[in-house]
Amino acid sequence: MVVELPKTDVVIIGLGAVGGVAALPLAEAGLTVVGLEAGRWLDTREHAPDELFNNYRGWPGSVQKANREIPVHRTHSSAPDSSRSSIHPMMNAVGGTTLHYWAQSWRLNPWDFKVVSETTRRYGASRIPAGSTVEDWPFGLEELERYYDRVEFEVGVSGQSGNLDGTIDERGNIFEGPRQRPYPMPPLRGTGFTQMMTDAARQIGWHPFPGPAAVNSVRYQNRAACGYHGFCNRGGCHLDAKNSTAVSTIPRAQATGNLDVVTEAHVRSINVDRNGRVSSVEYLRNGDTYVQPAEVVLLASYTYENVRLLLMSMSDAFPNGLANNHGQVGRHYLSHAQGGGVTALFPRNLNLWYGLPAQGVAIDDWADDNFDHTEHDFIGGGNLWVFSDRRPISAASMGTFGRVPRWGSAWKSFIKENADRSVGSYLQKTTLPYENNYLDLHPTVTDPLGDPVCRITADYRENERRVSAFIQDKMEQWFREAGAVDIVRHGLGTMGPSTHAYGGTRMGDNAETNVVDRWGFAHEVQNLGVLGASVMGTSGAHNPTLTAQALAWRTADHLVEHWGATPID
Amino acid sequence: MTNRLSRREMLKRTAVAGAVAAVPLRQRNVRAEQHSGQPVFETLTQGEGKTLSAVVARLIPTDENGPGATEAKVARYIDRALSGSLISSLGTYRQGFVALNRYAESIHGSQFSDLPIEAQDQVLSDLEDDTATGFSPNASSFFEVVRSHTIQGMFSDPAYGGNDDFIGWELLGYPGVRTSVTADLQRMDSAPTARQISAYDFPAFADLKTRRTNGR
Repeated sequence: MVVELPKTDVVIIGLGAVGGVAALPLAEAGLTVVGLEAGRWLDTREHAPDELFNNYRGWPGSVQKANREIPVHRTHSSAPDSSRSSIHPMMNAVGGTTLHYWAQSWRLNPWDFKVVSETTRRYGASRIPAGSTVEDWPFGLEELERYYDRVEFEVGVSGQSGNLDGTIDERGNIFEGPRQRPYPMPPLRGTGFTQMMTDAARQIGWHPFPGPAAVNSVRYQNRAACGYHGFCNRGGCHLDAKNSTAVSTIPRAQATGNLDVVTEAHVRSINVDRNGRVSSVEYLRNGDTYVQPAEVVLLASYTYENVRLLLMSMSDAFPNGLANNHGQVGRHYLSHAQGGGVTALFPRNLNLWYGLPAQGVAIDDWADDNFDHTEHDFIGGGNLWVFSDRRPISAASMGTFGRVPRWGSAWKSFIKENADRSVGSYLQKTTLPYENNYLDLHPTVTDPLGDPVCRITADYRENERRVSAFIQDKMEQWFREAGAVDIVRHGLGTMGPSTHAYGGTRMGDNAETNVVDRWGFAHEVQNLGVLGASVMGTSGAHNPTLTAQALAWRTADHLVEHWGATPID
Repeated sequence: MTNRLSRREMLKRTAVAGAVAAVPLRQRNVRAEQHSGQPVFETLTQGEGKTLSAVVARLIPTDENGPGATEAKVARYIDRALSGSLISSLGTYRQGFVALNRYAESIHGSQFSDLPIEAQDQVLSDLEDDTATGFSPNASSFFEVVRSHTIQGMFSDPAYGGNDDFIGWELLGYPGVRTSVTADLQRMDSAPTARQISAYDFPAFADLKTRRTNGR
């Protein structure tokens, strides 16, 4: 059965980190909004402190659309497919992956918006790595600042400011761009371990600070403060203290009466009219097909699914996929270089059994262009992050530093002594887009409906590998200063399905090299907006969510301001 | 390696004694277990279960550091999961056990569970190193599946059938599941007091237990 629904002003595809944010300014402005979400509502009573369920079984109780269409990776266009991941990095639910993400809510640093011009100015154009398609963003941090600020307050972010309108505060990140006011909540509390690492960093002249988190350090918006119970890493919050869009912006948008949330809606295509404008969205729900006409469509699923849905939405006007007549959909893909961690062994218990990945200490001294690269053979850098987060299965799965076998009595004795003495680090590094890294549709692998899954063709290059080695040196230095007795460095890995996937619908003024314009609307289809990190052309060295949310708010604001005027109408 | 083997030699008798003295049986199948002295398997055949029990007992042995996979009922965890969340691994286990016993017989002349523990350890090392033959696609991938599920069974919430009596959590010094944690519990100069409870014994989550553990 095909059901034709009444027309709405705006349809949002995906009510996760970005769709869930964009819905609020639209609904508050009085536009009628339909939010199509593949998952369902999950609530606090489903978020039991259960490591097996959260971290090893991929949330089997939630809707598994994403897990049925896991992207397939290969390193380059003549390489065989890599072995396929068994779990999609993201999940489906109202609120999306903000239900179980780490909730680190960073602003990008000023350099991340101007990689090309700033590198050229300081070191010369030859320092842009060969084969990279990196461009400056169409605007700088100062343009995005008020949207960062807005999201920090509307969603709720805890943190310590480091640059208040140009005045540096050493308790925060001294490398951040100016902000108009402090965070709405103080940072999450420290621990014995974070104090030890903070002291060690100061000892070597670095600038440690607590990172920002979309987690309540104090009661906020009538929701509880964090309980620090240790199951936040891929776990939902039983206290609603993690500020997913499911508990912050989406309920407020619903309260206006203008947002209609449709759950378990599996969108299969975006349709266009004879003028090449988007006219409706088609989705499956409980076995029936629904057609939802709309004035404007905002595509707000994850990077892989944004690209996939555009490429699947073929028409006479767009034979190679929607908004792809310039062949840019899927281009400029990158996944954050998050691998290449460093793990340390200490001669004492660290007591990391409680806490959350966002409760930690950061170093930005070696990120972006915060240090002189004249003598280095790379551009960019990395953020160093250590945090309080340990659970039994992952603790017992620890590496043994080459000291004992991986099972048997010697192993048992080793983990008995060392389960709480080892700690990893999270090292996010500058990653650039390259000519030969891209997303497209897999020619043979499909989901159960027969629709092709997304294919990732991508690998890290010399610049990423050099940054990674440099940052591992710094991390080792920090751990040693704090008293580590053994260190293991992990490989960088390759660019398979990632929680930090960028590009594919890049934002920029040049329609020849970008899918969306500076406001987030497709160059080729003016009533189609794209939300999410798929519009970002650089990664910086920090988690993408807050930036993607600030951009989403900005796109929604633009839509509201120009509603009824050309070219949106 | 040498002291690992000599320790095993020393523990040979204690391990056997430990298995017989198997502690309080208060779960399902209590009667059957008491009757036969052996765990009853729900997914695997009794023969497969015997092989599995012997394997996990060597991966996490009962030794001077206390009870191991046997007492924690790791085999029960895996057996139950193989008709639930891990059902896609059932074929891997079935084929793996056949190959394991065939390999054990070809090298040592007996089924795996009948071998002395030194020979069992040698066989498992051969799997881990991928020198054991007759496995599809290879021995080490089977070994890694069993090892990861053994760790899950030893250290996951007891609601899933393993980590019986919180044996795994106590081995690690895990201070227990809490729903709210004070700053004092995150210090480094004092250890939190251990307090063991299943997540599903908190009233807020009790209703979920049936759904998440297939009614067990």
